[in-house]
Amino acid sequence: MADYIGKSVKRVEDRRFITGRGNYTDDIVIPKMTFAWIVRSPYAHARIRSINTAEAASQPGVVAVFVGQDLVDDGINPIPTGWQIGDDMKEPPHHTLAVDKVRHVGDGVAVIIAESRQAAHDAAEMLEVDYEPLGAVVGMDAALAEGAPLVHDGAPDNVSFTWQLGDEDATMKALANAHHVTTYELVNQRLIPNAIEPRSVIGHHNDATGELTLYTSSQNPHLIRLLLCAFVTGLPEHKVRVISPDVGGGFGSKIFHYPEEVLCAWATRKINRPVKWTAERSESFVTDAQGRDHITTAKMAFDGGGKITGLHVETMANMGAYLSTFAGGIPTWLYGTLLAGQYATPAISVHTKGIFTNTVPVDALRGAGRPEATFLLERMLDIAAGELGRDPVELRRLNFIRSDQFPYTTPVVLQYDSGDYDAALDRALEMAGYEDLRRMQEEAREQGRLVGIGFSTYIEACGIAPSAVAGAIGARAGLYESGMIRVHPTGKVQVYTGVHSHGQGHETTFAQLVAHHLQIPMEDVELVHGDTAQIPFGMGTYGSRSLAVGGSAIYRAVEKVLTKARKIAAHKLEAAEEDIVYREGSFTVAGTDRSVGFADIALTAYVPHDYPIEELEPGLEFNAFYDPKNFTFPFGAHISVVEVNTETGEVEILRYVAVDDVGEVINPMIVDGQVHGGIAHGIGQALMEHGVYDDDGQPLSGSFMDYTMPRAADLPMFEVDRTVTPCPHNPIGAKGAGETGTIAATPCIVNAVCDALRVRDIPMPLTPERVWRAMQSR
Amino acid sequence: MSHKVHVIVNSTAHEVEVEPRQLLVEFLRDTLGLTGTHVGCDTSQCGACNVIVNGSCVKSCTVLTVQCDGCEVTSIEGMENGGLHPLQDAFREEHGLQCGFCTPGMIMAAVDLLSHNPSPSEEEIRHALEGNYCRCTGYHNIVRAIQRAAAAM
Amino acid sequence: MTPSAFEYVRARSVEDALVHLAGSEDAKVLAGGHSLLPAMKLRLDDPALLVDISGIEALKSTERFDDCIAVGALATHRSVEMSEIVRTYCAPLAKVAGGIGDPQVRNRGTIGGSLAHADPAADYPAVVLALDATVSVRGPQGSRKIAASDFFLGLFETALEPRELITKVCFPVLGSAEGAAYAKFANPASKYAVVGVAAWVVMTDGICTDVRLGVTGAASRPHRVTAVEAALRGTAMDAAIIESATEGFARPDALLGDLGGSREYRSHLCTVMARRAISEAVAQASA
Repeated sequence: MADYIGKSVKRVEDRRFITGRGNYTDDIVIPKMTFAWIVRSPYAHARIRSINTAEAASQPGVVAVFVGQDLVDDGINPIPTGWQIGDDMKEPPHHTLAVDKVRHVGDGVAVIIAESRQAAHDAAEMLEVDYEPLGAVVGMDAALAEGAPLVHDGAPDNVSFTWQLGDEDATMKALANAHHVTTYELVNQRLIPNAIEPRSVIGHHNDATGELTLYTSSQNPHLIRLLLCAFVTGLPEHKVRVISPDVGGGFGSKIFHYPEEVLCAWATRKINRPVKWTAERSESFVTDAQGRDHITTAKMAFDGGGKITGLHVETMANMGAYLSTFAGGIPTWLYGTLLAGQYATPAISVHTKGIFTNTVPVDALRGAGRPEATFLLERMLDIAAGELGRDPVELRRLNFIRSDQFPYTTPVVLQYDSGDYDAALDRALEMAGYEDLRRMQEEAREQGRLVGIGFSTYIEACGIAPSAVAGAIGARAGLYESGMIRVHPTGKVQVYTGVHSHGQGHETTFAQLVAHHLQIPMEDVELVHGDTAQIPFGMGTYGSRSLAVGGSAIYRAVEKVLTKARKIAAHKLEAAEEDIVYREGSFTVAGTDRSVGFADIALTAYVPHDYPIEELEPGLEFNAFYDPKNFTFPFGAHISVVEVNTETGEVEILRYVAVDDVGEVINPMIVDGQVHGGIAHGIGQALMEHGVYDDDGQPLSGSFMDYTMPRAADLPMFEVDRTVTPCPHNPIGAKGAGETGTIAATPCIVNAVCDALRVRDIPMPLTPERVWRAMQSR
Repeated sequence: MSHKVHVIVNSTAHEVEVEPRQLLVEFLRDTLGLTGTHVGCDTSQCGACNVIVNGSCVKSCTVLTVQCDGCEVTSIEGMENGGLHPLQDAFREEHGLQCGFCTPGMIMAAVDLLSHNPSPSEEEIRHALEGNYCRCTGYHNIVRAIQRAAAAM
Repeated sequence: MTPSAFEYVRARSVEDALVHLAGSEDAKVLAGGHSLLPAMKLRLDDPALLVDISGIEALKSTERFDDCIAVGALATHRSVEMSEIVRTYCAPLAKVAGGIGDPQVRNRGTIGGSLAHADPAADYPAVVLALDATVSVRGPQGSRKIAASDFFLGLFETALEPRELITKVCFPVLGSAEGAAYAKFANPASKYAVVGVAAWVVMTDGICTDVRLGVTGAASRPHRVTAVEAALRGTAMDAAIIESATEGFARPDALLGDLGGSREYRSHLCTVMARRAISEAVAQASA
């Protein structure tokens, strides 16, 4: 009984979603609720000369109109960033509503609050803003050019930070002494996250109690409360409750503290009525933090035997107009540290420059830094294989860190704890039937068809840790997690976690974990998440940390529960604690038939008559904080087969094989689903997705009419499998599965298309036109 | 000027006065509190707001309530009929949903497909989902769910 | 997401609709609403009055006459796709309808609405041009018929007068010697045509006696490509002839260039789509 680990249990959260009874923020209705409409800048860069609110304020149904200065006058501080990169990082103020200048299209200028969304929108059209348009910097080269307009006066060269990691001298020496150097210049394009649920916020101030409840579609409710209270508004934290109810996908974009959260929290107190704001999709396109956007030059040195001897990387990272919550950490610590990949490269040096432009802020997006690093490496391995006349599989294997080398410390500070890269690659090759594939490819070529095979052997670092390291690398918060178990008197259990589920199925996986270890039926376990009033603390969900870090905290709390339950059982059975054995839901005195069930223990924990109160307190509830000893390191091997339409350049994905090692798996069905979704996102970047701005900073891909994402007909069935190398340093052996697909798929697909065309490179996204152009230039 | 509209939603008749500009999705969500129908975009692309009107799947963000006078509307809340609809059941069985936001619209698109093509091929299913975006699942399990439901129905 | 406020009236008949249209300075016709409402929701369009014609039964029927089929203006893309009459007598039209947008759009969008809106990337215009369809309209001055070649004037601009209404579109019944096909390269985001080419051919004893080519998506308005038509007329329409006649089908400088495709790529796609459409049409006509 209660054997739940490794079982594809159907999700407990599904019933409410398939019957239309999910509870997303925009579904919530509060009596006397008002609706906010934010007037946003149509310019990428302009000075605000004046704002005339009178006409808008007099429109029917309008309750209030506020501008940026109103918040400043009320002592509302700018929104801080959460990651310090270097001592002289420029962190110019990010106001909730722009005060002096607007710095990207979509920057908030004023808010109209009205009795209905429609009335607020109608009134917004009456608001007069007098802008003085300024020159905008859009591309990073333009931002760095001599005499370029400044996004912020406080960043005189439009540079927020510069950063370097690794041994520059050793790397330069490796390049100088190399038998061969592969050089790669790449653009990792801007992506727009587009969770299908647009962001939504409700601020609800109760002036009788002084309490503020903030509902927000966030991956990270506790951090939002902390930033809101401690840094932005000064509101007393114990009077603020942040609830993230059902959230319709995040992919990173809902980690961050956004202006609309501050605005609704502030405005509800001003008007003493609830205030709801829900993004229109066109607003999401100009306000959700976007992803990637790197320009990189890299050089990889090889010796005569095909071994990598050094890697030198210089990256410009677009920060957009303001530093979002994690912004600086993404193209630095979450990117540079991953540049060893699966390879035993002895010398690596990486330089990153974070640059301000008049575009939407850039921050973590599914993978966050790691896809950018993996793309660079995996593309370079393929390009080098071509230049060196070697098979891409063989070149990878030659450079793999061997399974007997773990723990392995890379030249970019990570210590990989475990891995078996050959095993995953072997399995993927077996599933794909590599030799047959190459034969099929040759036959296809003879018929004039362009078929390509692509590889990606990747490493990921999940669950940023430990907190001391996070602090040393500039994260302004430790990255532990809390988990609390409350056993009710009847033996039913509620589990409280500081991570948040917005599609990952935590309500199922975590219930499996707890039920398994408490040896009780899963139906008796319920997960509570996304509410600061119920959960002690948490750091939210991102970086595939939920199970490895949040799950480990819960495991620790389970251990505490069982320790105490054993003590209670010993008391009740009048035996020594060390003689108590817990098996199949019963506490038994070893070697006897005297036993008591879990539910009985729970009941006596709450209604005892005879506890030695000094030694045994009533109650059965424990909180645990877990600080991981290290990152976890999922890895894997992906293989794709594509065919390029010789007339149009369209790419069809014929097959996609993925073998991932995410450590111990609690629910295989859910892990497979995470991998599928991740692959789709990675394919999106490879072939379709592109956030484009024109030279004036106007977004050209500002709606679903222009921004392409994978649809059902664009994707094949995925062939997925796993190897299992448990994480050695956390109690459940899990590593994280939410981002592997995204990290691996992008270079895998680009490699396949380049292989099909036998070209060195095609810039992403590989739209039909770009592929067609590449065919022309062959 | 408001207009009187008679509309049957999930077998319940309603007679309401509505502003002409009110969208069907606003009527369902704001007036009737049927929040299972979602809004994911403003350009009629994402399909999160799909409902069935007089037997056909439509995007309720691109239909005015006044246009539905005399119509019969089924939203996700009207799918259960003494138990889960086979599509609802299949989405759960095949893990065809993650965050759940696109799910009601996906199910509605699938209802329409299966109503005129009871045993669609994988390719036909994928094409029938052209008006729906899912960002979580990669569609793999959605396709399998629809195949499963087709077999069950 | 909600449009600006407007007045709304449900027309009981075409005459009724014309009265309402005549009575307002700023009225628009609402049929399926799948072109108009998206624009209104983004507040790119804000008419004072919508005249809802969707209840007018007379505009819904599709009928066959001796040499043509008349498709009612309110026929949805879905109903055109599924219509037995269309499938029997003008099958390529059904195929075009089945490829418009997505299933939900096809369930609501109408042929009359699509043509009146005249999106330069819509699918129907190419086939309306290639099949030389006739657009019947009613207005305050009575009825008139507009030839396809006179209908599309520019970007979102047609020969339709402000207070006129499309009532039906007449397509020829395709004879056994005729073939028609539409090849489209869809914008992967919007599903509108980056380039769509429709071809109609008549083959008599292995020789092309007539041909028309309609193009959509590529330029600011749907248009015919008469120079290529002339080059094809009188030939055997074999693969080599089609290939050479469609080489340089459309000069890049006459085409649109945007995120969906540069001028050069559109020009290339015109050639590819033209070849596909012509080849399929010839195969049908020769079968």
